[in-house]
Amino acid sequence: MNQPRREDAVRRILQAPTPSVPPELYADVLRRGGRMLRRRRVVHRALWLLLFAAVVAFVLWALTVQPWVVPPSETTPPLTDW
Amino acid sequence: MRERHTAQDARRAREFDVFVAGAAGRLLHTATLLTAEDPHDNPRARHLLTPALAHTYACWDRLRGEDPYDRTRQHLATRFARGAWHQYGSLGVLGRSRPPRPGALARLSPQERLILVLRLYEGVAEEQAAALLGLSQERVRAICERAVTNLLHPPRGSAPATIGPKMVPS
Repeated sequence: MNQPRREDAVRRILQAPTPSVPPELYADVLRRGGRMLRRRRVVHRALWLLLFAAVVAFVLWALTVQPWVVPPSETTPPLTDW
Repeated sequence: MRERHTAQDARRAREFDVFVAGAAGRLLHTATLLTAEDPHDNPRARHLLTPALAHTYACWDRLRGEDPYDRTRQHLATRFARGAWHQYGSLGVLGRSRPPRPGALARLSPQERLILVLRLYEGVAEEQAAALLGLSQERVRAICERAVTNLLHPPRGSAPATIGPKMVPS
């Protein structure tokens, strides 16, 4: 038996009676899918909130510490020949 | 914000309802072929299909023109591959020592069944099946041919029992 005919024979076996979809499957899918979606939304929101908080904290820290200002020199050259 | 979500939820529910009404029968059949269960008693197939459909539901707003059927099938196949290969080992050798199940497909290993169903029932191209399962194309072709041979000409001594013990859902 050549390849296409063998594959057709297998396809016929696979076409066997189709199972009926139980009605509770859809409700179950909606419940689980909705839960996944809500959880994903909560995680999303929490991550955005975290990012926002990090930005605010950074801005506040930068404004108070002002790391771009060169600190006044603490070592002065010794004055000997005055 | 709240209204936008509600409108989006309603639209998603409507579209998903139509999708499930059209596709659930075929997907459940695919899942039942994968688990090699009886079409009228397929708890494992339902366990396989429910999370895949739930995943599609959760991703619905981000499909961006991708075929939801394709997405669900991919999820189904990868879940089955992970589950089956964890359960039975990568060669599926141990799978044959499980209690015999009715159906011609039961004598194939889970991997052979998966590739056979993807290629010949679902009509997934060889390259796509290979990419999906992380196998080389030659390997997919070889497994598919072996599965066809095993299905059409069962090796002696492993004929499926027609009246087996009732399958315990795992």
